[in-house]
Amino acid sequence: MLKRLRESKSFRGTLLASPAMLWMIILLIIPLVLILITSFGGRDPDGNVIYGFKLDNYIRLTGYTENCTGIGDYFGGLIEAIANPAAYEDIQVAATKCFDPLYLQILWRSILLAFETTLIVILLGYPLAYYIARSSARRRNTLLFLVLVPLWTNFVIRVYAWIIILRGQGVLNSVLVTLTSLLGLPFQPLDLYPSPGAVLVGMVYEFLPFMILPMYTTLEKIAPSMYEAAADLGARPFRTFLRVTLPLSMPGVVAGTILVFVPVMGTFVVSDILGGKNLVLVGNLIQRQFLDARDPAFGSAASIILMAMTLAVTVYYTRRFGFGEEIASA
Amino acid sequence: MSNRRSPLLRLFVLLVFGFMYIPIIVLIVFAFNSSRLNVMFEGVVNREPCGPFYWFCVLFGNKAALLAAGNTLKIALASTVVSTVIGTMAALALQRYRFRARAFSEVSLYIPIIIPEIVMGISILVLFTQIFRIVNSALALGPDQRLGLGLGTVILAHIAFSIPFVVLTVRARLHGFDASVEEAAMDLGANEWTTFRRVTLPLIMPGVLSGALLAFTLSLDDFIITFFTTGPGATTLPIYVYGLLRRIITPEVNALSTVWIAVVLTALLVSQRLRSQRA
Repeated sequence: MLKRLRESKSFRGTLLASPAMLWMIILLIIPLVLILITSFGGRDPDGNVIYGFKLDNYIRLTGYTENCTGIGDYFGGLIEAIANPAAYEDIQVAATKCFDPLYLQILWRSILLAFETTLIVILLGYPLAYYIARSSARRRNTLLFLVLVPLWTNFVIRVYAWIIILRGQGVLNSVLVTLTSLLGLPFQPLDLYPSPGAVLVGMVYEFLPFMILPMYTTLEKIAPSMYEAAADLGARPFRTFLRVTLPLSMPGVVAGTILVFVPVMGTFVVSDILGGKNLVLVGNLIQRQFLDARDPAFGSAASIILMAMTLAVTVYYTRRFGFGEEIASA
Repeated sequence: MSNRRSPLLRLFVLLVFGFMYIPIIVLIVFAFNSSRLNVMFEGVVNREPCGPFYWFCVLFGNKAALLAAGNTLKIALASTVVSTVIGTMAALALQRYRFRARAFSEVSLYIPIIIPEIVMGISILVLFTQIFRIVNSALALGPDQRLGLGLGTVILAHIAFSIPFVVLTVRARLHGFDASVEEAAMDLGANEWTTFRRVTLPLIMPGVLSGALLAFTLSLDDFIITFFTTGPGATTLPIYVYGLLRRIITPEVNALSTVWIAVVLTALLVSQRLRSQRA
């Protein structure tokens, strides 16, 4: 009797969860398996996928070219590219017979941009989250509301605003022209759009709220008595921050980092709109393979690599610092 | 340690809020620009019809924009209803029952949150194109009967990425749930369905509503997944705006953005009002 009851309870759980599971299996897991399979395939001249088991697409991503005969020259080219300290936006390492740096540059540029964005967003967002968390309850609601409004304004519209601000005769240059002419200084309008810098600004702008909200959630949980205890024990504000506030708010920073890093790595919208044609990130590469270049197999391989990189970052951070409901709270 | 005592912190906070709001203010101001090119602000437009609101009137006479707005709403409503029901069921299952596929369910529900949207978008695109190719050739469908990407595929994809967020939100509410009220209802003779309808559901309703609200806004805001799963006749507002940005940008886009911001602001204010009334 008891056994039957338990069985029926388990059955009921399965039944309740099954629509969601079915959805996840059909529209998430099967598609992911499908692009994994596709990534080992190739394409015919019409752009149709030819299934097979070849590593060609992954090899192409490493920059190893078809007319290369030995692996030695490949590493020579690779080392030369790595040794070149040029900024990520314009590494101009020539392709050698054996090594074409194009795709590694795209990957490196995307990772670097994601790290820069995450770092800037933490630096801008942390003080704000701290300020909101330490405000009175009434004020706190108003300030949180102010953080939410830009977040709810559409993603594409938010990038568009930066075109108006940054372009040649845009708002920023107009303001600077007026200011410098008032001061009697010479001024040359800045060439800000399209540029890699504009992409960085756009990314920071898009993802700042995603960092503020989880950081706020953890900071708000720190009891005021913690600060008082630290002060009673003679800690000065800066020391209190380093030894009490920062460690206790780490889960929020980690959750925010994942919420920012993963989408920055994967988006193609900001770079497409603010970066111009020459700024290609992994997201743009994937998008072009599916829509313009018509090479879904190569695009799938790039997606698998992108997913592997973001998963590596996520797993590393969660293992190292651990986080739970902070992601959900955002 | 109080905020008030640190002018430096206050200045910094003010600057960051400035950074967050200046683009929005610029967007709105340029919706009233008299210059069609919209590069510089050349004074407030005053043209028939509608005077200063000229660009808004142009927008409301724009069939493509209205169609896109209609599609956006249809998609958001359909995906919200389905994902809220399915997600709430899954949240109840995960919070209350031990069943065999539980661990698998937990993991698969986290996947959409930690994989980049573009990967989800292109993988769903690959799935749909394969299914359509097989079905179309198997049934030998004619050119105008062929299955293809459209509103349906976008809705299916939106439901997929919304479910995990609904589950998370509802579970958070179920976490502090006192099961004794349900037992009391059963002791008083209510059957399980009545108990669910009259006791459980009203108690978890705030969680269900915020889950639905989240699903709705995620759907409204989505660009990337829609981009890969949409087809002819199923353009949404974000896709429409993106298309315009690659051509000439008139203040009409700003008018559209302003209307969007106004709608969002109203929705946020109403939901805040409701929340504070409940509390």
